Amino acid sequence: MSSGIEAQVLQPYKYGFVTDIEADVVPPGLSEDVIRLISAKKGEPEWMLEWRLRAYRNWLKMVEPHWSNVTYGPIDYQAISYYAAPRQRPKLESLDQVDPKLIETFEKLGIPIEERKRLAGVAVDAVFDSVSVATTFRETLARQGIIFCAISEAIREHPELVQKYLGSVVPANDNFFAALNSAVFTDGSFAYIPKGVRCPLELSTYFRINASSTGQFERTLIIAEEGSYVSYLEGCSAPSRDENQLHAAVVELIALDDATIKYSTIQNWYPGDEEGRGGIYNFVTKRGKCVGRNAKISWTQVETGSAITWKYPGCILQGDNSIGEFYSVAVTNHRQQADTGTKMIHLGKNTRSTIVSKGISAGRGQNTYRGLVKIMKGAEHARNYSQCDSMLIGDRCGAHTFPYIDVRNSTAIMEHEASTSKIGEDQIFYAKQRGLSAEDAVSMIVNGFCKEVFKELPMEFAVEAQRLLGISLEGSVG
Amino acid sequence: MLEIRNLHASVEGHEILKGIDLTVKAGEVHAIMGPNGSGKSTLAQALAGHPAYTVTEGSVLYEGKDLLAMKPEERAREGVFLAFQYPVPIRGITNAYFLRSAVNAIRKHRGEEELGPVEFMDALEEKLKVIGWDDSYLNRPVNDGFSGGEKKRNEILQMAVLEPKLAILDETDSGLDIDALKTVAHTVEKLRRSDNATVLVTHYYRILTHIRPDFVHVLSAGRIVKSGGKELALELEEKGYDWLREEAAVA
Repeated sequence: MSSGIEAQVLQPYKYGFVTDIEADVVPPGLSEDVIRLISAKKGEPEWMLEWRLRAYRNWLKMVEPHWSNVTYGPIDYQAISYYAAPRQRPKLESLDQVDPKLIETFEKLGIPIEERKRLAGVAVDAVFDSVSVATTFRETLARQGIIFCAISEAIREHPELVQKYLGSVVPANDNFFAALNSAVFTDGSFAYIPKGVRCPLELSTYFRINASSTGQFERTLIIAEEGSYVSYLEGCSAPSRDENQLHAAVVELIALDDATIKYSTIQNWYPGDEEGRGGIYNFVTKRGKCVGRNAKISWTQVETGSAITWKYPGCILQGDNSIGEFYSVAVTNHRQQADTGTKMIHLGKNTRSTIVSKGISAGRGQNTYRGLVKIMKGAEHARNYSQCDSMLIGDRCGAHTFPYIDVRNSTAIMEHEASTSKIGEDQIFYAKQRGLSAEDAVSMIVNGFCKEVFKELPMEFAVEAQRLLGISLEGSVG
Repeated sequence: MLEIRNLHASVEGHEILKGIDLTVKAGEVHAIMGPNGSGKSTLAQALAGHPAYTVTEGSVLYEGKDLLAMKPEERAREGVFLAFQYPVPIRGITNAYFLRSAVNAIRKHRGEEELGPVEFMDALEEKLKVIGWDDSYLNRPVNDGFSGGEKKRNEILQMAVLEPKLAILDETDSGLDIDALKTVAHTVEKLRRSDNATVLVTHYYRILTHIRPDFVHVLSAGRIVKSGGKELALELEEKGYDWLREEAAVA
């Protein structure tokens, strides 16, 4: 039965092109000198360099973790180039000076950064390899006191905010990849929403890896002051190459009293080919902290790309009555592997968390949900609801679930639901007998399976996510 | 409408149909009866194009076209409908959405405009009444958590909505209580027109007291061993199938 279900034309990865642009690439290898060089290229203050070097020294003492349910060969950290930037670095103030090739690249990716073509209601920060090349709608946002810029710029222009919050949620020595990122991070977005402001636009960053043999180490920091609201979305893609490229990002979110941060990811890094050659290693640390009372942090992720995904966007629910949410769709097709889930750490009273995870495995893909819900002693009347659903397409893929629950306060209420289903040939035939094509049937079934997560995405991107899911699964059903 | 000539079909290498000949004209209702394992369901599935059933010999013309050369979804779009003996549950999709997608796939094929949710619901209201259902069934996942009888009714609802030219009902009557059976039969009778046809695969006589077939065929060991009018069904009800087997063996 599997032969019929799986055999189909393979739809190639649509974002696999390379932009031919002259790049300023630091030779491969990692040392204190390389870190000094990166810091100097970015014109960073001394404290930032020191912070990086401390992280680097910590990293040298750490061991690459291998507890996740994925397999890959050894990574040679000296073979990676830690900085690549398009030459003729444009001045951010003037979009006219952005290399037309870069504008064209982002347009091809569906991310218009030119004034006249901008997406309505969405402010975009476009990151190409190691640098941010353009940030749109900055003036509109600035009028309300919102800062939205590249993090390298924030380090120079808003050092007090960066110094206060950088590493406050994900410490530089949090884990092996976070330490590496802290040492060598190159760019990423910074957003600051002042007290009581509801950010009028969706903030969005698009990350593009272009140069070969480079790693991308982005760093994102979002701070929502008291009573503010922001919705942020990141998207990513990379050229198709036979080599594996490392992407080790760190994202930190800070929500103060009554603030809400909604963070959505559509991850479409190059997944490798059907035999598992090439693809991005997506080893990411994302964490949010509800520092204040009634704060809320909501993660939504649609993970369709990458050869290997290793990420657990989590929430530290410190403030009383704070809320953490995690909605995830993770797809593994061909030889892709994903080990993803969340961590909800309840510290405050009446804190609540919701986890909805949908894993879809096709081809020889391996999909693992790994989640931790921890209720600390002082977290009176904490509540968690977790739902982990897996869907299998064909009979060579795998779905795995590792839910960890650690409750230290007896007033907690925990709920956990899990299910596994399979798209069978009978379902496909039934749909066909009603006039639907196999593709329509699968996309209908899969979208039905994912709809609880998709409805959490900002409108503009829900459609994109559905489309992407269709592309990722093309070739998995006959 | 349908011309089956010397149809042979097998499942996993075992030949089940061993030369079926059957002609169905527009406006007719044919009942296919026969004991368990005689090949009734195989015939229904082979006509719908189920991949597990391999046609090894013979031909099927549907409205003058080679049915066997068409993909299952093309057959459906051209008006061939199979009411499944075991309707398949599909979680996560509501009945209404599934039905509308099916209607639109067929409309698109015919070059007609697709229906939006509101227009579709209007059209659906009246069909629901026919099978005695309320809206609540529409928002439930397709066949998921449905009782046996509900699943069968759902098949008939789909049939009423899709208005096929050729409907093949595969033991739709089995597992129904008498009220459900009456509703189903009544709906089938109501949908009967001079430009469509129905092939009713059944094990039992009782549905034929509600749906009046023009022809009755008896299938045994992969062949049609006897054909007649509806009085043949009555004869089968009285005598069972054994006498036919003997008759076939002698012949």
